[in-house]
Amino acid sequence: MQQLVIHKEAEKVMLADAVDTFPNECCGFFYGKETADGARQITEAQIVVNSKEGDQRRRFEISPLDYMKAERYALSNDLTLLGVYHSHPNHPAVPSVHDLAKALPYFSYIIISVMDGEINVLRSWRLNEEKGEFEEENVKVLV
Amino acid sequence: MAKIIIPTPLRKFTNGEAAFESNGGTVKEVVADLVASSAGLGEQILDGSGNLRSFIKVYVGDEDISALDGEATSVDANAVISIVPAIAGG
Repeated sequence: MQQLVIHKEAEKVMLADAVDTFPNECCGFFYGKETADGARQITEAQIVVNSKEGDQRRRFEISPLDYMKAERYALSNDLTLLGVYHSHPNHPAVPSVHDLAKALPYFSYIIISVMDGEINVLRSWRLNEEKGEFEEENVKVLV
Repeated sequence: MAKIIIPTPLRKFTNGEAAFESNGGTVKEVVADLVASSAGLGEQILDGSGNLRSFIKVYVGDEDISALDGEATSVDANAVISIVPAIAGG
């Protein structure tokens, strides 16, 4: 299981976004560093507008322009864009078939389960390209 | 030289490099230059005809090349080109 350490402030940003956006799905990016053994540390999370047209309670989409800005932001701040977070309103923090269909290699995918407007759990997943399935990461929050 | 920013999911094809520089004068030339020096990358971003895959977008500065001249869009030495994958889920 790969290690994913999240700084408390970054976690706060993501959890607050998930609650504020309920019953719709929130989404955003997070940045940090990766060590040689693949362990990751998230130092910063950034809220992004869910640009999905139609029902945002079950889908999210990030505009190409927001993605482009995120990569530029990472470069100019000596950070790495490590992945994408989104929420699952009234559903478990497990990747859906849509998540798998759209998953990119390398990225960590944090999913926040929000039940009736309150945080249930945050979990993170990474695509195993060979198996074509997600593997869970070992999440620790750094206080 | 024009600079092209490599999205993190594709950096394993560029030995971890975040950016690549090229003397190409158009987006197509710069992308071809990048693909030629990054084994395996071409299959990720180009289709069988050598054109950019439909789910890959390319920006020059803040402009989507589909609103300019597509892959024929010219780039100057100061251009910053971004390869943008689609991000979505449910």
